[in-house]
Amino acid sequence: MTRRRVVTGSVLLALLVGAVVWAVWPESKAYTAEERMITVRSGPGGDEPVDLDTTFYLPKEAGPGRKVPAVLLAHGFGGTKRTVRTDAEDLAGIGYAVLTFTARGFGRSGGQIHLDHPDYEVRDAQRLLDWLAARPEIRTDAAGDPRVGVVGGSYGGGLALLLAAQDKRVDAIVPMITWNDLARAFLPESTGGQPVNGVLKKGWAGLFFGSGSAGPGGIGGFGNLGTPEPPGVDPGAAGGGAGAPPSPAPTGSPAPGVRPPSPAPPASPGATAPPGRVVPPGNRGVDPQCGRFAREVCEAYLQIGATGRGTEEAVALLRRSSPAGVLDRIKAPTLLIQGAADTLFPLAEADANARGIAANGTPVRVAWFTGGHDGGSGPDSDRDRLKYLTAQWLGHYVKGEGPEPDRSFTWSRIAGFNALDRGLVATGYSTADYPGLAGRATQGVIVGGQPQSIANPPAGNPAAISSLPMAQGLSSLLDGIAGDLAGQHARFDSQPLDRPVDVVGAPTVTIRAASPTGEAVLFVKLYDVDPQGGSTLSSGLIAPVRLTGLPTDIAQARPITVTLPAIVQRVEAGNRLRVVVATADQGFATPSEPAVYTVGLGDGNTATVALPTVPGDPIATPGVLWRWVLFGLLVAIAVGLALVLLVVRRRHRRTDTSVTPEYADTPLVVRNLRKEYADGFVAVSHVDFTVDRGQVVGLLGPNGAGKTTTLRVLMGLTQPSAGEIYVFGRRLVPGSPVLSRIGALVEGPGFLPHLSGLENLRSYWRATGRSLEDAHFEEALEIAGLGESVHRKIKTYSHGMKQRLAIAQAMLGLPELLVLDEPTDGLDPPQIAEMRRVLKRYATGGRAVLVSSHLLAEVEQTCTHAVVVNKGAIVASGPVAELVGESPSVHLDVSDVEAAQRVLERLAGVRTTATEGGTGLVVDIDGRQRSEVVAELVHAGIAVDRVMPRRRLEDAFLALVGESSRGSGDR
Amino acid sequence: MSVLHDEASAGAAAGYRPHATLSVWTELRRQASRRRTQLALGFMVVLPLIVLAAFQFGGNGDEDNGRGEFGSLVEMATSGGLNFTLFSIFVSASFLLVVIVALFCGDTVASEASWGSLRYLLAIPVPRARLLAVKLVVALAYSVLALLLLAGTALLVGTLRYGWSPLRSTIAAEIPAGEGVLRLLGILGYLAVMLMIVAGLAFLLSVSTDAALGAVGGAVLLWILSSILDQITALGALRDFLPTHYSTAWLGLLSTPIQTDDIVRGCISAICYATLFWSLAFWRFTRKDVVS
Repeated sequence: MTRRRVVTGSVLLALLVGAVVWAVWPESKAYTAEERMITVRSGPGGDEPVDLDTTFYLPKEAGPGRKVPAVLLAHGFGGTKRTVRTDAEDLAGIGYAVLTFTARGFGRSGGQIHLDHPDYEVRDAQRLLDWLAARPEIRTDAAGDPRVGVVGGSYGGGLALLLAAQDKRVDAIVPMITWNDLARAFLPESTGGQPVNGVLKKGWAGLFFGSGSAGPGGIGGFGNLGTPEPPGVDPGAAGGGAGAPPSPAPTGSPAPGVRPPSPAPPASPGATAPPGRVVPPGNRGVDPQCGRFAREVCEAYLQIGATGRGTEEAVALLRRSSPAGVLDRIKAPTLLIQGAADTLFPLAEADANARGIAANGTPVRVAWFTGGHDGGSGPDSDRDRLKYLTAQWLGHYVKGEGPEPDRSFTWSRIAGFNALDRGLVATGYSTADYPGLAGRATQGVIVGGQPQSIANPPAGNPAAISSLPMAQGLSSLLDGIAGDLAGQHARFDSQPLDRPVDVVGAPTVTIRAASPTGEAVLFVKLYDVDPQGGSTLSSGLIAPVRLTGLPTDIAQARPITVTLPAIVQRVEAGNRLRVVVATADQGFATPSEPAVYTVGLGDGNTATVALPTVPGDPIATPGVLWRWVLFGLLVAIAVGLALVLLVVRRRHRRTDTSVTPEYADTPLVVRNLRKEYADGFVAVSHVDFTVDRGQVVGLLGPNGAGKTTTLRVLMGLTQPSAGEIYVFGRRLVPGSPVLSRIGALVEGPGFLPHLSGLENLRSYWRATGRSLEDAHFEEALEIAGLGESVHRKIKTYSHGMKQRLAIAQAMLGLPELLVLDEPTDGLDPPQIAEMRRVLKRYATGGRAVLVSSHLLAEVEQTCTHAVVVNKGAIVASGPVAELVGESPSVHLDVSDVEAAQRVLERLAGVRTTATEGGTGLVVDIDGRQRSEVVAELVHAGIAVDRVMPRRRLEDAFLALVGESSRGSGDR
Repeated sequence: MSVLHDEASAGAAAGYRPHATLSVWTELRRQASRRRTQLALGFMVVLPLIVLAAFQFGGNGDEDNGRGEFGSLVEMATSGGLNFTLFSIFVSASFLLVVIVALFCGDTVASEASWGSLRYLLAIPVPRARLLAVKLVVALAYSVLALLLLAGTALLVGTLRYGWSPLRSTIAAEIPAGEGVLRLLGILGYLAVMLMIVAGLAFLLSVSTDAALGAVGGAVLLWILSSILDQITALGALRDFLPTHYSTAWLGLLSTPIQTDDIVRGCISAICYATLFWSLAFWRFTRKDVVS
């Protein structure tokens, strides 16, 4: 490896390592976090102390000189301040001081759970605002009035609304996936009935209560600091945190028979938290029935849970914890975020909040996403959107930066699966303002069917499972497992839709029912049925109704309008709508008395399902941008390629194609050739020679003299460092067309081993693109002399056979200049003799041959001319005869070699070398006459048997290159 | 002496034209005569048959495949010809096709160098850029052929055995057979684009070394390395720049509506890498000293 490569490699490696380090280096935090217990006084009298476990995140740049706005970040039911840490860090990162706290009754905070009671939780939060106002780093609007936004999800969202209603100091709120009327959320009734007549959402109610009580197996204990943070806590992890949804106790699953799969997107802290967390020591002796719930809350639940019916007192208690009654007091601009996959607090809750707050002229903006208490935080696109909306809202109304956000309504719909992270993908839409649950327009789809009788099972068992709280994405799967049970439901189908409908809002349908008791609890569901029969219940949302005053005969039943839960769903063309009316559902408490009802559609045997639609513009995602990037990239590559081709063509046109006249008829002229390799080794320092027509020129030199390098340059395989080569007067560079007039054998044969000799020659000739007649295969094959072996595969050939085939390949097309590198290598003596004749004959008729060899005999016997190179330079060149004529030595056979040597060494300048065998003596006579030497010997009495002039090139070679070629290296 | 005196072939031998040397057809035949080409293409035909035989004799294992939403590809493989084809592609995409493409593109120049025939091609002379372009086109053609052979055979034997039915998966409703064929073609197209990265890398290594094994193995090794790094989520956004990061984005074509975001990003990544590698290969080869 050369030094340059080492340097290049090191630089690349350094860049790579740098990039990796930069990517994984932990970012230096832009904030400080300070944990402390804050004791606040609240309760009806404002005098009951309670310790709240808080963490205060303060941006590093904040200080008394540079005050920052604050955000009070509340967590979800069953969570602690730790479950909103990520959101707190995000908000702190964009310049807000963030106070997170564990609500009373949870974690390490003291007190009992009063369900966002105005005198307890809300007052706690007011005291925290006082605390914020007292901090020197927090911007204030007036003394004791901090500039603050309140952000929270679910339980925290409810707190945000109630706090904003109770405390005018709040500057903006972002309540997420939260309730408007807690009583209606737990006791829904879809024909407009009051919560006292509602149908208890027992699945969720159980979870809600279970996660707040600290009894054995309960969960609502201690977010003990030692446990790692449960992953992915926050639905709608908008820069404003969303609280955790109420944690489901794994033991409290409403459907023990069905194993809830772990949802693909993270759902909730509780879903992954170990069951039975540590209970604070102080609470060990806690009431096993109520856990950390306040007594009155506990009793309300016990009451409702036992009967499955709401009572006036219980509803009043839940209403006290609901924003519904105080919305007119909220003056803080409100960004409402609600999830479509939420069977606990469906979209209707946010709708009621939005209408109530907007009625006072308070700025309200609504956004829906595809997650929720069942759906988790939704796909990335949703999270990004909510994060942006939150940051924009707080930015304007709290920080005072940025223009006023518009009131546009944004929502999203699941569009499929993401192939890379296996999550969901949602497409976002927006429209100018919030249309409400009725949509901008309504599309009617007629469903039909005869009235059907359906049975209410005793004690609501068995029952259909429409949704499992927190187990998002399961509803379609449930259809096959525990969907509607035979005998318990009536179906009413539509015709296939002729065009797709995008439902955004709450569909309505009218039904009729008859009951022997005059009462019935029914569940109305709207399915999207594809042509294969697969049915989808959007997010598992169903409409429970409690009907009273029913006739016993369906014929007398009056139509009742049922408002189905608001959904965001696209019904494809070709799909049907199916209205199902069922008697029992796992998620709800139903009458335990068995009964048989008759249900039919509102309009005789038909009914119109009114589907609200909202035309929206798709929100551009980065995906669109990437498409343009791809397009631009392709264009750039096309343009780049065209430019390169253009440059190459122009350069090609500029290449010197002129003919140097004096060399026009000379097959080969090499001038001042020099080749220095990248590592600095000079293989050829200075080589000049000419090959004329009719000549067989031998390039003679010891191993490593630079012969092969010269031939490589000559064949265009390597670039010369300096010097020129002319072939028939044309300058030769790598790839010069004039190379086609040269046939070559350089550095041994090179054939495709899997082809026969003949196929190799054919394949080679095809590659030249020249016509077959020009090839003269017969002559070439004759020279190769391989006989039938020419049809055998090359890999069976001996070295000599390959060599002969390679020479034949070089002669294909009878090139005017034949360049052969060590052609006799591997040939046996008769073949060598034949080769000599072939080469001599070849050179007649105006062609020329250049042969390189390190064997003197070969050059002497084959060549007309020789060029002797050594150590990269020419030491002699000329006709072989001339070179040989310069031989200064003579071979003598004498009777006494030693005596003869003594005699001859007396002659000035004469050197002698004894040859093997005893009688031979090589004498360098240094220009003297041979006769003089012989006379001298005879005179000394030494018999001379034979005098042989040394006409062999060997002497010339040795004389010219010196005695030793050691150290010349491999060239 | 009949020397053509047009500009491109000034002073050349009779019939020599630079742009006529080493035609694509010649190179196709040269490569077709090689055993490794025949074996690789043959294996593409045999693989679906082996898979089919395995399904026939393997019995019904009812183990959970544990691959989430896409695990169903295995379970549904026998539901029809299209699903069988999808399964065959699914099992070969992550490794087999990578090796095949690396073989075709990594071996092409390096093997000529190791046989010594490269210098004779250059001495014809085949212009270096032309030699490389023809080699690349032919290697890519064989890669595409391998892909099509695999899919075509799987579709044929799958349809003969399991019938012609819509493309099914649990992540979307059934896709009608006609559209399913289009989706399959889309998947093949995306795979072809992704495999350009391997093709580029192998080709670059091929012009940089005389050892064919080094080029093929090097490309596969680097691909595996990238796949391993892609598993390390700690690398964060850096993973987006790994050449293999988007290699499974074609699964998005199975959902309805099709998810193209990652496919588009994958295409951008693949095209950038392939362009880079091929540019480097040309830049290097047109300048280097061929001393093999």
